Amino acid sequence: MKPAPFAYVRAENLAQVFDLLDEHGDDARILAGGQSLMATLNMRLSAPEVLIDINHIDGLSDITNDGTTLRIGALARHSQVLESADVAKMAPLIAQAMPHVAHQAIRNRGTFGGSIAFADPAAELPAVSRAIDAKILLQSRNGTRSVAANDFYLGLFETAMQPDELLVGVEVPGIADGERTAFLELARRSGDYAIVGIGVQGRIDGGTFSDMRLVFLGAGDRPILASAAADVLNGNPHNDETVAAAQAALDADLDPMSDLNGPPEMKMHLARVLTKRALTALAA
Amino acid sequence: MDQNVDITLTVNGQPVTRRVPARTNLVDFVRYELELTGSHVGCEHGVCGACTIRVDGQIVRGCLMLAAQADGAEVETIEGLSEDGSIADLQQAFHERNAVQCGFCTPGMLLTAEELLQKNPTPSREDIREFISGNYCRCTGYQAIVDAIERVANERNA
Repeated sequence: MKPAPFAYVRAENLAQVFDLLDEHGDDARILAGGQSLMATLNMRLSAPEVLIDINHIDGLSDITNDGTTLRIGALARHSQVLESADVAKMAPLIAQAMPHVAHQAIRNRGTFGGSIAFADPAAELPAVSRAIDAKILLQSRNGTRSVAANDFYLGLFETAMQPDELLVGVEVPGIADGERTAFLELARRSGDYAIVGIGVQGRIDGGTFSDMRLVFLGAGDRPILASAAADVLNGNPHNDETVAAAQAALDADLDPMSDLNGPPEMKMHLARVLTKRALTALAA
Repeated sequence: MDQNVDITLTVNGQPVTRRVPARTNLVDFVRYELELTGSHVGCEHGVCGACTIRVDGQIVRGCLMLAAQADGAEVETIEGLSEDGSIADLQQAFHERNAVQCGFCTPGMLLTAEELLQKNPTPSREDIREFISGNYCRCTGYQAIVDAIERVANERNA
């Protein structure tokens, strides 16, 4: 339960990170908050030759709000995001999900960008990023590109990030007037990874759903945007019949894997239960 | 590449300079290198909270941070907080309320409780349970721990 030996470099700037990534390729790992990486190193699930510590690079941890777009730096700690008034105002779904992200001692170290880049299908922030149309900012020596969260997650722990790129931040359009949010998850212990979780953002005007986005964590090989369920909801009234139809539509959206928590059938059941609860919370 | 790192930090107010293997985590560093064995090593993957240490004023998992990353940092352990008296009331309350049985979780639990009371001087019992949710105790069933923290919150506000 101790890591295999590795070298450690405290990077001072991005150019140095790109040099080290060029030099070491797959043998290097980026160390941000380390709250997932260190555990995998301790268990020797991963044995890189060099860790590139990016924690001391200036300018990567700011949370800024220009009134239209919220920008969260990759190194913003979970506890910083949790306490941010700008996040609560511009991206309430993140604020609602954040208390479910691990525990205080982990939130003090873990980073927003690290969670997105690691892309754990059972984690809260990757799923939420899909519901709020976040843009993932990826920087390399050649410049910075922006990838929509909905194009970012490609498979189990697999993302659109290239080996020469560093995730430097996330941009989120501020929530529009009238949009509502709800976030719920089921976990054995508060702060542990969810068995299944749901984030919802959308409108209920005059009792009718529109612009609905439902995302699930712990329900597949990546964070899932449940588009079939959303299609069922949009344009229909919030009543038992519509909710039941959305619950049924999840068969087309979700393909949960069996894991330590239980079989796929159990996860599908819990996803339907959470869907009803989340839609009730959204309407409240 | 060099697999050792030179670090200089303060631990419980004392300056410390060492050359350590890069893979040494912070809790092993304070336990084996500095012989401060109050911080405990349980699961070694961030689940149990027994290794809770304070770095630059905030609690962290001592097993999920490298000693190398603490270069330049101010590290505080249960030994430091015990000696400076800052958590004496929590320690007394844990003792009197039988919130300690085997004691393995206690140092981490105390550091976590202190951060809670600094951030939220008037926590509800639910707030207390939520905040200590990252610290496993296998003896007490938590009730006595929640009681002790609640008592100290009330006393500090009196």
